[in-house]
Order: sequence, then C-alpha cells, then structure tokens
Amino acid sequence: MRPVYAVSGGVSKFAKARPDKTFQAVVKEAYDYAIRDLGLDFRRFTEMVDGSVASYFSDHFTRQLMAGIMAQDYLGLCPKPGHRVEGGGATGGICFQEGWKNIASGLMDICVAYGFETMSHVNTWKGNEFIALASDVSLDYPVGGFYSGYYAMMVTRHMKEFGTTVEQLATVSVKNHLNAFHNPYAQKRNRYTIEDVRQAPMVAWPLTRLDICVMSDGAAAVILCSEEGLEELERASGRSLPRVRVTGIGRGTDAMRMADRPHQTLDDFLRLNALPHEREDQETLKYYEDLWDQGFRYPGIHSFRAGRMASKIAYEHAGLSNPGSDLDFVELHDAYTSSEIQTYEDMGLCRYGEGGPYATSGKAFMPGLEYGLDLVDSPVCPVNPSGGLIACGHPVGATGLMQAVFALWQLQGSVEQHFGDSTLQLEGARRGAIHSHAGTGTYVTVSILEAEE
Amino acid sequence: MNDSKKLPGKLEETDDGQILFSVPFPTALDSEALQSLKGMRPIIVKQPYAIDYIHSYGQDSPFFAGLASRTLLGCQDRESGYTYPNPRGHDMYTGEPTDWVQLPDRGKVHAFTVCHFGSEAFLPETPFVLVLVEFEEADTLLLSRLVGVDPLAASLDWIGMSIKARYLRNSKFKPTDIYFVPVE
Repeated sequence: MRPVYAVSGGVSKFAKARPDKTFQAVVKEAYDYAIRDLGLDFRRFTEMVDGSVASYFSDHFTRQLMAGIMAQDYLGLCPKPGHRVEGGGATGGICFQEGWKNIASGLMDICVAYGFETMSHVNTWKGNEFIALASDVSLDYPVGGFYSGYYAMMVTRHMKEFGTTVEQLATVSVKNHLNAFHNPYAQKRNRYTIEDVRQAPMVAWPLTRLDICVMSDGAAAVILCSEEGLEELERASGRSLPRVRVTGIGRGTDAMRMADRPHQTLDDFLRLNALPHEREDQETLKYYEDLWDQGFRYPGIHSFRAGRMASKIAYEHAGLSNPGSDLDFVELHDAYTSSEIQTYEDMGLCRYGEGGPYATSGKAFMPGLEYGLDLVDSPVCPVNPSGGLIACGHPVGATGLMQAVFALWQLQGSVEQHFGDSTLQLEGARRGAIHSHAGTGTYVTVSILEAEE
Repeated sequence: MNDSKKLPGKLEETDDGQILFSVPFPTALDSEALQSLKGMRPIIVKQPYAIDYIHSYGQDSPFFAGLASRTLLGCQDRESGYTYPNPRGHDMYTGEPTDWVQLPDRGKVHAFTVCHFGSEAFLPETPFVLVLVEFEEADTLLLSRLVGVDPLAASLDWIGMSIKARYLRNSKFKPTDIYFVPVE
C-alpha cells in the first residue's frame, strides 16, 4: 500500500434547509472550495483528478436514485471513474476510506471523496421515519421505529450498568455547542448550560432535544492523493502543500438488530475486543474482571463492538499503542451525547464503564475555552473541537467527510484561515482520529490522520 | 399512413398536479433580465409519494404465525443451544440452520425508553414505552412495547422488572402483535 495524503477539503454551510440550490450545486460549493484552497483553478484540477467516490445515505430523502452520478456530472468529473457508497451514518467515513483505497492501491494518484444529504425535503418526523427505515423493517421498525428511542434504550442500560448520569450526558452537549460557537460552518452556535439541556423538551427518556443532533442539508469534499499526486499538485499550483498523511484506517460491523448482539465472556472480550494497552495493564485487567463479576457482558447494547473493532484495526495500522495519549484530538460521531460517551470507551480513551466520568473530567474539552463547568482535569485529547454532529449538524452523507476536513485543517494549522477565528486551533496538533458511525452501531469507521514533520 | 386521420398537434392538458396560473417572470428577456434570474428565489413544490409494498417475511414467517397464535417462537442453534428471541434462519456462530423453539411468556426489562416523540407513523401513539426484553431461556434480547406503566414516571427501577407477554386478539402480522405488561 502506498502512503495516502489528505491535501484539501471543503464544507458547505450546514443548514436546516438549502432550497436555494439543488444537491449537486451544494456539493459544488464544497468541491470548489477544496480546489481553490489548493491554489488551482477548476479546469486545471479537473485535468489532474483521476476519479471520485460519492457518498449519500438515503434514496428516500433525495427521492432520486443514482444521485451520485448527478453530482459527478455537475462537478464536471465525467467520464472519470466514480461510484457511490452507502453505509448509514458512516457513509461519509466509508467514502473517505474508499478514496484512501483508490490511492493506496495505486489505482489513482488524485481522488476526490464528496458527500451530501438533503434532509429538508420532508418534515422532521417523516425524516425520522426515513432514518428509522435503517432498522429492520420486519422486526424493529414496526415496534416504534425511532432512532432516538433506540439510543435512549442504550442510555438507560448504560446508566443502570455503570451509574452514568444525565448530567454527564448534558456535559457533552454543553462542550460541543460551545466549541461550535467558534465554527462558522456549524448549524447551531449556542451557549448552553447543563440545566438548558435537561430542561429542553424530552424526546426519548432520558434524552432531550439538546442531547440529539439535528437534521441538515449540506455537503463536504476531501481531496486525497499519493506522494506523486501531491507533487503534481504542488507543481501545478506553485505552492508547497502541508503533508497530512492518512496513516490508518479501520472498520467494524455489528448486527442490524441491537437485540441480537452478544453478551460475551471476559475471555472472549480479551481475545477479540480488548485494545493492547488494556490487555497489558494489570490494573485494567483487574477492573474488567470486577466488571464481569458484577454481571457486565460485552458488548450488550451499551457498547459498540463495531466502534471498538474499527478503532483496534486503525490503531494497529497507524502504529498507535495508547489512543488516550497518542491522539491530539478526535472528531467523533456524536449523533447523541450518549453515543459520544459510549464512543470514548470504544475508542479506548477510557475504559468501558468510565465514559460518564471521562465526559465531565475535562480531558475531552478544548483548552482556553470557558464552558461554565467545574472541570477537574486539563484537556488531554479534545473530542469534537469542531462542535461535532450535535452542533454542526448531520447531513448524513457529508458528515464523515466534514470530520475529515475539520481534522485536516487542525493538522494543517489552518483553522483560522478557514474559520476566520483561531479559537479552535489546537497548538501543535500532530495526530487526530475521525470516527464515523452508522445505525445503532452497525458500520463504524475510524481513520487516523497525521501531520508529517 | 392514413392521410384522412388528423394527428394531434399538441398534448392534451389536465387539471391535476401543481397549477399556478401566473408565474412572476420578466416581461422582456433582455440581458439584464436574464442576469436577474440568478437572484430569483427557488420554486418549491410539494410532491406526494406513496406506495404499497408486497413484503414477504420469508423464512421468518413462522415467527409471525406464532404471534398470531399467541405463541412466542425463538430460534435455536442445535449444537450450542444458543437461542435468539428474534427469528433467525441461521446461527451467526455455527452457520447452521436454526430450529424453532417456543419461548416462555415471561421475561425481564433489560433496557427501556419512553418515546415522547417518534417517527411520523408513530406520533399519534406517543408517549409509548419501548423495551428490550431478556429471557432466562435466551441468549439475546427482543424489542417490544411495554404497557401498564406510567410513561410520565419513567425510572431506572423499571430495569429488571418482571414482565409477561400479551398478544393482540386480532393479529396484524407485525412484531407489535406481542407486547408486555408488568407481572402483578
């Protein structure tokens, strides 16, 4: 496999509705931005790019089959190679990794991964119905198909199992919304308190409206290339481009019906799912023994085995030994405040069961921001510095690529240039992870990006 | 060709669909007017979309026939005894075809939520309680509805509650043909 670099990206403004443009034209906003950021004009880049991968989740939302080729056509990429990928909420993350494969395999030297979603074509509750069709339509959807309901069941089990509190969940909402206050691309830029989150309308007990991301229209694009492709782009633009390499990719899956997921023994967990740093630490092994003695079983419905698998493979690929200290930041799929807490655990930022206290510790917060919270620890690995899905919005097919763009800008040190505000730029960020997640944890991708010296 | 037959010269128009009898549009299409079209606000129309599907439950059909007969059927791997309360034609660990087994009508709440909102189809039913049910005789869970608890008094204490199955008298051949109530 050849080294793969992310060199440029663009994100359309995420909004509740974009009736001013068709989806193709919204994709073009993100695509043109990425081209401009390379210092190239459209014609020159079109000559150089070898192909694409298109990402959008729902044929129901677009009410248009083969929407991918319509974007490809509008972007002027025909007749170059391209295809559409779909994997629920992880569609964008999968798209990014398929672009990576195009480069790593030697098939292409320059590839654009673009994605979009237009969720405003139906009302919010019909939109929820469309999303719930991404649950088994024979056995899950008819019982009361509602993703917030599915996640809320995970929450009650997490609370019962580990003592996680609704205030810990709300802390994630406060953090991500406040981060997004400094991100002009975000759909929601508000300051909230724990009380605001808890007093918001109850959606699915105990998740309130401020625990849950909103629906959006939007698009994002990332340009990936090989060493040769990068040099070619540099020659064409006359610029030296920052080297940000995608050093690891990982994916995992789990059963569509979360009721069908296993309740494994400790031995199986250690053999199949534990991260190396967990297996090597005696205190952690003892911690897990105690958990299993108390009746904990893995993954059950409180943990995402797919997220753990994706992390494990990506870390191994990138040569990370301890994500908590090896990663400078993470952009993860916080469709719910609770799923951010669950994902801390899956990604090994903390141990299973410790996601709640980790959320309130301060370790996942941005340095230098005043959140109005009493945080014990200093930031260690800021999570969702961009504001995440909860605040930025979640136009499904674009979301995983949006994360890639924000991660790229962090590692390029170009946040101020793109945001017009340097508040969210992490000083000296060298390595970050992006995490994209589908369904009730059915497909999950983790990709590692690193700035080269 | 029959020269005597007059062929239609225009499409026949009907009164269905969107009808807007006067569309704001420049009266003269000079270059300035053409340029101004770029500032036009979008036309947004409503397009109905409805369809009936012919959906087969395939190898899962006995599960629904069981519910219609007030019986909860699960699927079991013959070798390991691993049991799913959801229908599943093949075991995910051995790859072998599963056997149908009858499950008891009693279980416990493993997890729950109260949906105060829902997908459009379920909005009229809110607030409703979703539960994942655990059975002593099964290795995995079953998604169902719980009635007989106050949805406005949700409590983590519901987890572990003993519950028993009830069935719709008139089956709709949906997984909601079974639901659960607390054991008195």
